[in-house]
Amino acid sequence: MKRTIFNNQLLPWLLLAPQLAITFIFFLWPAGQAIKQSFLREDAFGINSSFVGLANFRALLDSPEYMNSLQVTAVFAVLVTALSMGLSLLLAVAVDRMIRSTRLYTTLLVWPYAVAPAVAGILWWFIFNPTIGVMPYVLNVIGYDWNHISSKTDAMILVVVASAWKQISYNFLFFVAGLQAVPASLREAAAIDGAGPVRRFFDITFPLLSPTTFFLLVVNIVYAMFDTFGVIDATTEGGPAQATNIMVYKVYFDGFVGQNIGSSAAQSVVLMLLVVTLTVIQFRWVEKKVEY
Amino acid sequence: MASITLNNLGKVYPGGTRAVGDVNIDIADGEFIVLVGPSGCGKSTLLRMVAGLENITDGEVRIGERVVNQVEPADRDIAMVFQNYALYPHMSVRQNLAYGLKNRRTPKAEIDRRVNEAAEILQIGQFLDRKPRALSGGQRQRVAMGRAIVREPAAFLFDEPLSNLDAKLRVAMRLEIKELQKRLRTTSLYVTHDQLEAMTLADRLVVLNGGKVEQIGTPLEVYRRPASAFVAGFIGSPAMNLIDARAVPHLPGTAHAGTIGIRPEDLTVTPDGPILMDVLAVEELGAQRLVHGQTGGEKLTITLPSDSELADTLRLGFDRASLHLFHRETGVRID
Ligand SMILES: Nc1ncnc2c1ncn2[C@@H]1O[C@H](COP(=O)(O)OP(=O)(O)OP(=O)(O)O)[C@@H](O)[C@H]1O
Ligand SMILES: [Mg+2]
Repeated sequence: MKRTIFNNQLLPWLLLAPQLAITFIFFLWPAGQAIKQSFLREDAFGINSSFVGLANFRALLDSPEYMNSLQVTAVFAVLVTALSMGLSLLLAVAVDRMIRSTRLYTTLLVWPYAVAPAVAGILWWFIFNPTIGVMPYVLNVIGYDWNHISSKTDAMILVVVASAWKQISYNFLFFVAGLQAVPASLREAAAIDGAGPVRRFFDITFPLLSPTTFFLLVVNIVYAMFDTFGVIDATTEGGPAQATNIMVYKVYFDGFVGQNIGSSAAQSVVLMLLVVTLTVIQFRWVEKKVEY
Repeated sequence: MASITLNNLGKVYPGGTRAVGDVNIDIADGEFIVLVGPSGCGKSTLLRMVAGLENITDGEVRIGERVVNQVEPADRDIAMVFQNYALYPHMSVRQNLAYGLKNRRTPKAEIDRRVNEAAEILQIGQFLDRKPRALSGGQRQRVAMGRAIVREPAAFLFDEPLSNLDAKLRVAMRLEIKELQKRLRTTSLYVTHDQLEAMTLADRLVVLNGGKVEQIGTPLEVYRRPASAFVAGFIGSPAMNLIDARAVPHLPGTAHAGTIGIRPEDLTVTPDGPILMDVLAVEELGAQRLVHGQTGGEKLTITLPSDSELADTLRLGFDRASLHLFHRETGVRID
C-alpha cells in the first residue's frame, strides 16, 4: 500500500485548521466561557466580576423556580418522548405491514422533520391560538374550553404536541428500518407456533427492536431537553406561571432577558453535564445492555 | 398424524409470476415426500402454501380430511423447519422449544416433559439455557428440529433445512432426519434442490420444473425410469448423458426418438462398440474416474474403474435396455 508522507510538519495542521477553528469558536470557547462564568458574579453593569466559587450552583439548588424547572423538564421530556415514540412506532408498524407503499409514505413523513422548530412552534401556535386557532374552536364544540395562555395544562399539552410532532418522522424512519431488519421468517415461525399478530409483536418484533428503541429513547430525551427551545419560544415563552419553563429555555431567559449571567452559566453547565451523561449512557448501554 | 392432499394447486404472485401450477400430490399418513427441483421452480412456494404462509390462488390443500385453504398457519397442526432456522434470537433454547406449546396453553409440566424429551432425542440437553447465537450451525439446526418435534404436529415441513451446513455435517444430519422420521412416523414434506439429499431421504420424490410436477415416484423408480428428459438430467450423479438422436443415426432402434439418454455407468469400453468417443478430460474420483468426451458434436460422460486403460478415443458399447428415449419437443419419455 502506498502511503502519503507529509514532509512538512505544518501541512496536516493547516488542513485540519478550518475544522478545528469551527469547533473551537462555536463549541469549545463558548463552553469554556460558560464554565468560567458559572464561578463568577458580575455586577449590574457587567464591568466587574468576582470569583464566587460554587455560589451560583448553590443558589440554583435553593431556587424554587429552578426546582420547578427541573420538574417541568422531566415531565416535558417524558411526555414528548412517549408521545413521539409511541405514535411513530404505531405508524412504522402500519407501514411495515403494507410495505410496498413505503417509499411515498416515508417521504411524506420526513416533511415535518424538515420544518425548523421555530416554524413548527409558530404553526402550532396558530393552530391552537385561543382566538383565531382551529383547535380551540373544535375543542369548544366538543365542550373543552382551550386556553394555553392561562391554563398550565393546556400550555404543557401545546408544547408537548408541538415538540413531539417534529420528532415523529425521525423516529418513524428508524423504526421502519428496525422493523425491516427483523427477518420475516421469525414472524412466520411465531405464526406457526400459534402466536397471533399482537403476541407476535410483543414477543418477537418488539424485543428485536430494542436496540433501535433504546437509541431513539436517548435521542428523544436529548431532543426534548435541549432542542425544543424554538418551540417554547414561539408558543408559550415558558408560561403561564413557569408551567412550561424547561431548563434550556430558562438558561436563555435568565441570561439574555434577565441578564443574570452567573446563574445562567451555572444552569448551562448543569445541562452540559446532562448531555455528557446521556451520551455516555448511549454509548455504554447500546452495546452492552440491549442485547439478545 | 395425517395425510396431505394437494388438488390442482396453483399460485400466481401479485406481480403476475406463476410460481406453481396444477400440482396434484397425495401424501399418505407417515410418508416422507421430498420436493426436488432446480432453483426457482416453486418448491418453497408450494411448501409455504401448505404451511399457510402464502395464500392459495387455485386448487386446494387438505390436511387429514380438512380443506385448510382458509385456515391460519397456527391451526393447521403443522411444524416447519426453515432454511435459516428462524430461531428466536432473544430467547434461550428452552424458550425457543417451549414457545409453541406455551402459546397453545399446554400445562407447564407437559411442556417440561416434551422439551426434555426432544432435547434428549436431539442431544441438545446441555444447550437448553443458551441463546441461539452461542450455538454452532449444526446445533442450531438441531434446535430448529426440536422446535418442530416438541409440538407433535400432524406434519413436518422442511425448507432446505440442511443447506447452511458444511458437506460432512449435511450427510450426518440427513441420516438423523431420516431416522427421526422413521421413528416418529410423522408425515413429512421436505424441500431441497440437492438431488442426492432427495434420493436418500424420500419415500417418494416429487420432481418439479417451472412450477409443474415432472414426475412422482420412489427414488429408484425415478432413477430407473425418468418420465422426461428433464428428470433424467436432474436425478443421478454424474448426470445422465442426453444426446440428440441425429448425432448418432447409426444406433439401432432410436429412429423415432428426439433425445437419447444413457447413464454414464451404463456405458462400457468395448472394441466393437457402436459409439466412438474423443476423450477431452478425465476426473479422478479415487475408486473410479469420470471420462468426459464427445461424439458427433454431443458431450458424453462415462464412469470407468480407476485401473481402466485410457486412450485418446474410446469405443463404447451399452445394453439396449439401458437406453432412455425422449420426445424431441416435449421431452416426454417414449417407450
Ligand atoms: N414474494 C414473491 N413475489 C413474486 N414472485 C415470487 C415471490 N416469491 C417467489 N417468487 C417467484 O416464484 C418462483 C418460485 O419461487 P420459489 O421461492 O418457490 O422457488 P424455489 O424452488 O424455492 O427456489 P430456491 O431453490 O432458489 O429456493 C420464482 O420465479 C420466484 O421468482
Ligand atoms: Mg426455496
